[in-house]
Amino acid sequence: MSTGNNTNNETKISIRDLKLWYGDFEALHGIDLDILSGKVTAFIGPSGCGKSTFLRTMNRMNDRIPSCRIEGEILLEGQNIYAPEVDVVQLRTHVGMVFQKPNPFPKSIYENIAYAPRIHGLVNDGPDMDELVESSLRKASIWDEVKDKLQQPGTALSGGQQQRLCIARTIAVEPDVILMDEPCSALDPIATAKIEELMDELKKDYTIVIVTHNMQQAARVSDYTAYFYLGNVIEFADTHTIFTAPANQKTEDYITGRFG
Amino acid sequence: MNQHTIKRFEDELTELKEKVLAMGGLVEKATKRSMNSLIKQDSKRAHKVIDRDHAINTLEVEIDDMTRTILALRQPAAGDLRFIMTTIKVVTDLERMGDLAENIAENMLKTEEHPLTQISSLQSFSDLVLDQLTQALNAFSKGDLDDAMVCIEENQKVQQNFKSMQREYLTYMMEDPRQITAGLIATDIARSLERIGDHAVNVAEMVIYMVKGKEVRHVDTDTATALINE
Repeated sequence: MSTGNNTNNETKISIRDLKLWYGDFEALHGIDLDILSGKVTAFIGPSGCGKSTFLRTMNRMNDRIPSCRIEGEILLEGQNIYAPEVDVVQLRTHVGMVFQKPNPFPKSIYENIAYAPRIHGLVNDGPDMDELVESSLRKASIWDEVKDKLQQPGTALSGGQQQRLCIARTIAVEPDVILMDEPCSALDPIATAKIEELMDELKKDYTIVIVTHNMQQAARVSDYTAYFYLGNVIEFADTHTIFTAPANQKTEDYITGRFG
Repeated sequence: MNQHTIKRFEDELTELKEKVLAMGGLVEKATKRSMNSLIKQDSKRAHKVIDRDHAINTLEVEIDDMTRTILALRQPAAGDLRFIMTTIKVVTDLERMGDLAENIAENMLKTEEHPLTQISSLQSFSDLVLDQLTQALNAFSKGDLDDAMVCIEENQKVQQNFKSMQREYLTYMMEDPRQITAGLIATDIARSLERIGDHAVNVAEMVIYMVKGKEVRHVDTDTATALINE
């Protein structure tokens, strides 16, 4: 696995015939999808369609669920992330995740950023760490708001700031891919706009995959959109096509609010 | 197509479509009436067309207001977005067609002083253009691609007829200078009809976009057919 992205339409993650079961329940029925490097890919679909489950397979978050079983391949730059030799902790430095509810560590703003690089041995404490903290917070567009209170607890920030802090924490370990599971659903419109603006900036350096219930958000932020329904990808195309002239009637119905 | 989960949105789209069709009906009627006023030399009908153009203009404003509201409040996507886009474009074409029908009616009033000698060619030309307009409105009403394509294909014939009529009127005017005013009136009426046909083609092209999501403006008919069948 190497770091760095480009925008040459290269595949960053290739998913092949991915099936997932929770016990006897087959939640994903053989997904094939290519996530392009340096792009924002959005997953949309009704609740329970498997989009979050699928997102979580990409950094093996589902490993923690005992009844979960997976078949198929997820190739990150050609390497199957489910191969036995893959170190999950290392994988997650390459594929970071931002969750629905901002979840900063109960530590200072500085420590929220410094924690992961330190335990991974990427950077030593001192000026190098100071620099990494600053650059991560800058990339997450929150530096100006927190630079004078780096020692205050991260949990004291507003919801939108906490979410950007979590994004800064994710990018501190220089991932290739950032997975976002409804990152704005707990935020107000202004905070949401800041995150969306940030995504536009971040895709220059990272590949972003976002699950969102807000279709307008998917339309605004993503380059590609996949519509999930009942554990299948019904349609995957560039976002413009999905929102103006989708090929599949099921996608059309969902996009236009004729679903269910 | 399934119904919208939000019924009010469904109702708004239905009402919008009905308004566009009502506007189309008024334009069709105005065009027919203006030509009938000319053929039957009935100035009352011509005045009716002129007096009633405001109803078409009023509908244009109402429809624009509705589309604005839907865009702002509903953020339509996919087929709904294409329908709204089509509506925005189509009302402009319909409003211009209404003005052109009014122009024909105004020209009719001028013919009371300068009678036209060759009305039959205008009559058959208007039949052709009215047919085109009906095809375009049917296409919009039913989302029918065949009707839309017929409308587009007919335009070649309309253009040919228009050119030959222009030549015909020019000949009359050259032969008899006393016919110049009448010849200019006839040419202006023919041009109005030809332009109504062009606007009908615009409507038909937007219907294809609405139904198929394919852009067929500014391409030849073979390419348009190929795009539709993709």
